[in-house]
Amino acid sequence: MKIMTPATEAELAELVAGAYGPLAPRGGNTRGVPVVGDILSVAGLRGVELYEPGALTLVVKAGTPLAEVEQLLAGENQRLAFEPMDLRGLLGTKGEPTIGGVFAANVSGPRRVQAGAARDFLLGVRYVDGGGRVIRNGGRVMKNVTGYDLVKLMAGSWGTLGVLSEVSLKVLPRAETQATVRLHGVDVKVAVKAMAAALGSPFEVTGAAHDPAAAEGPVVMVRIEGFEASVAYRCARLTEVLRIFGDVSVLDDPDASAVIWRDIRDVAAFHGKPGDVWRLSVKPSEAPEIAERLQADALLFDWGGGLIWARVPEGTNLRARAGAFDGHATIIRASVDTCSRLGMFQPEPATVAALSRGLRAKFDPRGIFNPGLMDAPVEA
Amino acid sequence: MEMPRPDPAILARKARVAQRLREVLPPDAVIDDDSETRVYECDALTAYKCPPMLAVLPGSTQEVSDVLRICHEEGVPVVPRGSGTSLAGGALPTADSVILGVARMNDVLEVDYENRFIRVQSGRTNLSVTGAVEEEGFFYAPDPSSQLACAIAGNIAMNSGGAHCLKYGVTTNNLLGVTMVLMDGTVVEIGGAHLDAGGLDLLGVICGSEGQLGVVTEATLRILHKPEGARPVLMGFDSNEVAGACVSDIIKAGVLPVAIEFMDRPCIEATEAFAHAGYPMCEALLIVEVEGSEAEIDFQLAKIKEIARRHDPVELREAADEDEAARIWLGRKSAFGAMGQINDYMCLDGTIPVTALPQVLRRIGEMSKKFGLEVANVFHAGDGNMHPLILFDANKPGDLETCEAFGAEILKLCVEVGGCLTGEHGVGVEKRELMLHQYSREDLEAQMAVKDVFDPAWLLNPAKVFPLSLTEERRAMAVAAE
Ligand SMILES: Cc1cc2nc3c(=O)[nH]c(=O)nc-3n(C[C@H](O)[C@H](O)[C@H](O)COP(=O)(O)OP(=O)(O)OC[C@H]3O[C@@H](n4cnc5c(N)ncnc54)[C@H](O)[C@@H]3O)c2cc1C
Repeated sequence: MKIMTPATEAELAELVAGAYGPLAPRGGNTRGVPVVGDILSVAGLRGVELYEPGALTLVVKAGTPLAEVEQLLAGENQRLAFEPMDLRGLLGTKGEPTIGGVFAANVSGPRRVQAGAARDFLLGVRYVDGGGRVIRNGGRVMKNVTGYDLVKLMAGSWGTLGVLSEVSLKVLPRAETQATVRLHGVDVKVAVKAMAAALGSPFEVTGAAHDPAAAEGPVVMVRIEGFEASVAYRCARLTEVLRIFGDVSVLDDPDASAVIWRDIRDVAAFHGKPGDVWRLSVKPSEAPEIAERLQADALLFDWGGGLIWARVPEGTNLRARAGAFDGHATIIRASVDTCSRLGMFQPEPATVAALSRGLRAKFDPRGIFNPGLMDAPVEA
Repeated sequence: MEMPRPDPAILARKARVAQRLREVLPPDAVIDDDSETRVYECDALTAYKCPPMLAVLPGSTQEVSDVLRICHEEGVPVVPRGSGTSLAGGALPTADSVILGVARMNDVLEVDYENRFIRVQSGRTNLSVTGAVEEEGFFYAPDPSSQLACAIAGNIAMNSGGAHCLKYGVTTNNLLGVTMVLMDGTVVEIGGAHLDAGGLDLLGVICGSEGQLGVVTEATLRILHKPEGARPVLMGFDSNEVAGACVSDIIKAGVLPVAIEFMDRPCIEATEAFAHAGYPMCEALLIVEVEGSEAEIDFQLAKIKEIARRHDPVELREAADEDEAARIWLGRKSAFGAMGQINDYMCLDGTIPVTALPQVLRRIGEMSKKFGLEVANVFHAGDGNMHPLILFDANKPGDLETCEAFGAEILKLCVEVGGCLTGEHGVGVEKRELMLHQYSREDLEAQMAVKDVFDPAWLLNPAKVFPLSLTEERRAMAVAAE
């Protein structure tokens, strides 16, 4: 296995055009994707091309470390509103997450429910396709319907359609402060109902999670962000909303609140614990029933129940346990063997799979980018 | 503007195609009489007209599938249509095409407040989606000005925006899933009540594909609870530069209004004469709206006014009650109508980086002199989506052409300063030939490759979005395959 680290987009394109075997496009290699062929690292493409805080736009090369981007934004009191998780603690990986990797995997954290996913903030891309051509789509403005939206298609394509070389994105102001309203001692069913009530209120909840195994007992956490007076007001109103479900307390220390949400984002409860980790995107109200069928060793619910994190014994076919449901289940941590046996990604209905395969064949006709990664697995 | 010549072989099969369509649709759902097909000869880009060969109005996904399968077998191009309010000629037929209108498919299929979504048939109008959930205090966020008429189908095809998208995003950010029929009649389900795609984000590329990838028959849309309240503030400035700087400062201060609307002097004068909203006569006017509880609104507006004061506004007026709020919005909302009173107009929708605003307005002013046509600017300033309205006289020979040339210059300028040709109206036929100003041939090849996958025969709305010269071979293939 070779590792290639081109220093420019042109070099990247040349390497792809000249490749004769499979390539594994990578940013910081922190996301635990099984490697087939040579590693093609974009870590050499880094740097900010343009940052206009007054226009909420940032254009940056794909290999730029996420930490660098976040630091730059913090300097102007701005942030990535979709709150990308840091997978290193969960996977035990070492690398430096890159902004390109974040979009290639469409990684979004707790704020997904209110602000949108990574893909919703991606305004434009430059990428190298499977033929070694540099392609541009979208741009740097917030509203753009000029031609097809390949930007969305590239987000979450896990390097199977092309190698991102540059991304432009929409950033948002950082909230002045935050607080967390907690509901104690409820079961999953009540938790999901309570979170639905909070998310269906006018009080702009930016996170709704449930930890059934927290040290202090099962807890629902609801985050509110904004200007101080407004946060205090909405905390009070949400306390009223949640009180009908059980005991409520308000954590108004912003730093403590931030730690809670970082831990939910990174699934800290699973760090250092054995077994495979899966991530299920479901219709929130169905979460309790699906979760029960999983017979997991540990569970964490985010997105008001719409996102289930499950820790199960190694090699478990969690999709078989879950049965049919509206949504999908993705492997986040498992052995290479389990990944290839079950497939990291949920098998798609035949009609949809045919379209996805067709697109991959167009974007990467030689099938050299992460071959097989998103295709139907051997044992579904 | 050029459209592909109708294929005589298809026209010769008209009776047979109509007959086959009648076998799968109710009798009144197939329209072949020349006097009636005329209803579908254009959309809101009325400068271009061409009645289709046939029009069909299916009532279900199954019927849409049957129609497409037959048209596929017969090699007949199909142009999907919602309410026909496209400003880009997206629903403009060719003489050898079948218009497939989804207007009869307007049912609400499911409302789910707990999971915050609504599932509707795609012919349902935008406003009536909100209408179906507002009793419970919910709404569907994307709100194009045409929301009374336009259909969700068209909104998805064009990825439409609205006045409040600075905060809530455009259609693609509020779309959870679709049922779509491919040209060969295959029905696909994409997305649903859960978030994000399990594999490739096909929904993301379907949204905004201008009816070229499939016919959307059902949609799952995110609904939100209404905010407790909203209030606008009006501010006037004595130059575009200062107004632009003020917008930038508001955004930088960390306040995120739901809307920031901009009007320039020609626009203020025209709307004032028409609507008497009591606007100050100045160079540039901003309407900024925020949401929340009374106290939250007070707090945000205080911050915004403080920023505005630093820019020496000639006017700073906060709505004291509902009535005043309505008056502040009155002028903005009647801007298009006001322009229509003066003359015919063409509405562009190029987007620019907000920071380029003063420079672009200055250049547009210079061009206006060069082309000898008046132009007024209304503008979603928060997101850089411009709406220059060029005034012309449709009855004066050559005026439309001059107007189009002027429009093309403005759009090229938008691209030159880092923006794009269209922010929410779509490419359609109107901006088709300008695409090479924004993208290279290879960039466009990559986009057309997506259509090759969804519609290999290039029968769905084939003469749109891409320059005709680039799609010629593909469209010819469709004809040869007959
Ligand atoms: C006065 C006025 C104000 C407007 N304001 C705004 C605004 O604020 N923001 C904005 O974004 N737009 C605006 N528009 C433009 C227009 O209303 C939008 O583009 C709208 O989404 C079109 O919807 P429609 O149902 O009328 O679609 P149509 O005009 O019927 O069709 C539009 C496109 O959608 C395709 N299509 C239609 N149905 C389907 C289907 N079932 N499956 C696949 N493709 C389909 C068509 O082929 C066509 O390409 C305005 C238009 C007018 C006339």
